[in-house]
Amino acid sequence: MDGIHDMGGMDGFGKVTPEPNEPVFHQRWEALAMAMSRAMGASGTWNIDMGRYGIELLAPNVYLASSYYKRWFLRLEDMLLQHKLIDADDVAVGHALRPGLPLKRGRFIESDVDRVTTRGSFGRRERAPARFRPGDQVRARNIHPKTHTRLPRYVRGHVGTVERLHGCHVYPDSVVLGKGEDPQWLYTVCFEGRELWGPNAEPGLTVSIDAFEPYLEPA
Amino acid sequence: MELRVRALQTILVEKGYVEPAALDRMIEAYETKIGPHIGARVIAKAWADPAFKQSLLADATRAVGTLGRVGDHLVAVENTPQIHNMVVCTLCSCYPWDVLGLPPVWYKSFPYRSRAVKDPRSVLADFGVSLPASTQIRVWDSTAETRFLVVPMRPADTDGWSEEKLALLVTRDSMIGTGLPKKPTEVC
Repeated sequence: MDGIHDMGGMDGFGKVTPEPNEPVFHQRWEALAMAMSRAMGASGTWNIDMGRYGIELLAPNVYLASSYYKRWFLRLEDMLLQHKLIDADDVAVGHALRPGLPLKRGRFIESDVDRVTTRGSFGRRERAPARFRPGDQVRARNIHPKTHTRLPRYVRGHVGTVERLHGCHVYPDSVVLGKGEDPQWLYTVCFEGRELWGPNAEPGLTVSIDAFEPYLEPA
Repeated sequence: MELRVRALQTILVEKGYVEPAALDRMIEAYETKIGPHIGARVIAKAWADPAFKQSLLADATRAVGTLGRVGDHLVAVENTPQIHNMVVCTLCSCYPWDVLGLPPVWYKSFPYRSRAVKDPRSVLADFGVSLPASTQIRVWDSTAETRFLVVPMRPADTDGWSEEKLALLVTRDSMIGTGLPKKPTEVC
């Protein structure tokens, strides 16, 4: 979707302000929002792409006005309600008014922590040969799906060079539609700064994205 | 927010979805165990051991896996006098948690996500970093499940340093590409 989350190349957000000796969490609720999100994500009810899509579905004014972990929390509440794991009246009173539903992977317990704190693999077996090879010129397709995609707007329609091939991976665009993992080849595609930003681009700049094969066409 | 988040925690616990101790343990892991010191150890080893560096650049998941737990699909990219690498996630906050821990607020901020792919030199200036005009900047936008770790250049005057001592020079930001390693005089 052409949402507010797709920020590459926008102006007006001001300076980056690094915080010296930044703590891992600034407030306790941030830590809890992170841990609850990860724990419920591990229940197998939704996958990582559906979770990202959940954040993108926040209204743009809410997205912009909320801190990072607040966005996580709002997304978590939305996803739990949507999957009927909690109900609006539970939230209204701040207690469970009825027992929970069975979770695919059961209750999240201490021995699950190690599994959740190591990245899983989204690599899958290939079903067809890769269409492109390193060195090929490709164009990022000018597409505007109304749902989740990992093709940022700022590269669409632009020509780049395939640099790396990462194997086949779960295709987020399909997962969020409930159409299964539909694994696709994943490439690093590199664009010249001038191709993306015009003649006044920073000299010598190159930018790459990781693009699933359906995002690309021969150039 | 504190009350709202606590209330949801109560609901999840009462419904039997999560064990409170498991949440505490996950938080503790990110506060005390999983952080940039893991990445720093990897970089220091790459600086000290050319064979390890080669395997790191060829397959970072496998190379880092020889040192400890790491998930898929890690890619290490090397800075040189010609190329400076910088990592961003314009769409959200993708970051190599396994080797750097949770991302800092600035990495997830709108200014960084919007400007890194377009004006990286001005972003570097916000960090007090200025690179020679002859250095080309390469920005990696983490748009899939690939995670990037920058291998910064080894500082001069560190010949014969142990890996443990070299690791002290490696900052979190130098592994994202918004900073440079410390100078030897800063740790001696």
